[in-house]
Amino acid sequence: MEKAGSVPGRPGNPLWLLAEVTYKCPLHCVFCYNPVDYARYGDELSTADWLRVLRQGRELGATQLGFSGGEPLMRDDLEAMVAEARRLGYYSNLITSGIGLNEKRIAAFKEGGLDHIQLSFQDSTREMNDFLSSTKTFELKQKVAKLIKKYDYPMVLNCVLHRHNIDHVQQILEMAEAMDAEYVELANTQYYGWAYLNREQLLPTREQLRRAEEVTNRFRERVGKKMRIFFVVPDYYEDRPKACMNGWGAVFLTVTADGLALPCHEARMLPGLTFPNVRSHDLDWIWYDSPGFNAYRGDAWMKEPCRSCPDKTKDFGGCRCQAYMLTGDATSTDPVCGLSPMHHLVTDVVDRAQNPAQRVEVKPIVFRDDKNSRALSKTPG
Amino acid sequence: MPDPQGFTDDTVFELQRHFRFQWEPAQQAFVLLYPEGMVKLTGSSGEIMKRVDGKLSVAGIVEDLQKAFPGADLRGDVIGFLEHVHGKGWIRTRQAG
Repeated sequence: MEKAGSVPGRPGNPLWLLAEVTYKCPLHCVFCYNPVDYARYGDELSTADWLRVLRQGRELGATQLGFSGGEPLMRDDLEAMVAEARRLGYYSNLITSGIGLNEKRIAAFKEGGLDHIQLSFQDSTREMNDFLSSTKTFELKQKVAKLIKKYDYPMVLNCVLHRHNIDHVQQILEMAEAMDAEYVELANTQYYGWAYLNREQLLPTREQLRRAEEVTNRFRERVGKKMRIFFVVPDYYEDRPKACMNGWGAVFLTVTADGLALPCHEARMLPGLTFPNVRSHDLDWIWYDSPGFNAYRGDAWMKEPCRSCPDKTKDFGGCRCQAYMLTGDATSTDPVCGLSPMHHLVTDVVDRAQNPAQRVEVKPIVFRDDKNSRALSKTPG
Repeated sequence: MPDPQGFTDDTVFELQRHFRFQWEPAQQAFVLLYPEGMVKLTGSSGEIMKRVDGKLSVAGIVEDLQKAFPGADLRGDVIGFLEHVHGKGWIRTRQAG
């Protein structure tokens, strides 16, 4: 993708439209990045709303389209959206657990012009035994994998890693190989939404990470180009922040299930900002003119040490949501950065993760489900 | 399977599987789209890629471009560009069937 930087004046056009078409999901993953109070946002956009959003996104110049959620297959009008996306000239990507994908639906997606499917392992702690013993999950994935091959899609697998499954990277990779995966992303959990709630339980130890990377490298050497493996380290273990979303309002435009337009799928949490809804505003105004999308463009909002940092055009000071979650101020440096005066907020958590005895598990792990979400919708913060 | 390194005037290229080439009005440029990514092909690179259609041979592409842009000696540019994008895996030699 093209890099977008802190450009003064009119920003470039969005290149990615992320359509989080529903928050409904048959799974209960403890690392889900959806908002913990998603139960409040059940007023989903209609088919007509989505088709309008797709058209406006194309007019703005977005070329890549991601259908995600929740589980996007929970929408029975996904076929209509896929077909419209192709007509409009998007390159469309479906990000799915595969649950609900049958031959009738994949045939309709192919016919409609869906370009790409990314299949995620729905591994979560509740389902882990099944996942690791490769029984039910493996059969489902095998079935979906066969459909993906049959309909000539590249086999792209994604598995979210955390403390409880990272030691099984070898088995995960073997499973991927057995499915003829062409690309595998081993992405360590990012601590947002439900994952942030469960952060203490999910953060792996440094030693676990080291071993997992070693296993991955050995596997890479053996399989060569047949299977490309990407390993994403949790940013808590980095000392420079990620260039979150490639810059605020620079590349990505997310539209949530209930129609909120966001510069990133987490931004709803940020205080003091109101984000527009696609029910009442068009994407052109939203992208170029809305206060929410302009809030952290450029570098005028930055504080020290970001403001005078030579890397500010590379990493944009990291993630605004992470800065807010950890420091209470969205304009501070992402504390993942070693230059942040509050870097200890990250290293303290990392230190605690090294010694399980020190991890006081005062609260049980929280599964992403409607009941928990309703409860979390009531508690402020 | 990887294509053999070299190619001749008779080689016919096509876009890599799962790649799409199109004109983008918003960018005023041709683009190549692939899973989760995009490259902008400006100027001559767009004109060359437009002719990578699974039908024209390398010599055919050169000839067609000479017609469209008379007076310029384009052969070296075309060969260089095709080598580059073939190396990147954006195009492949035409597959049987």
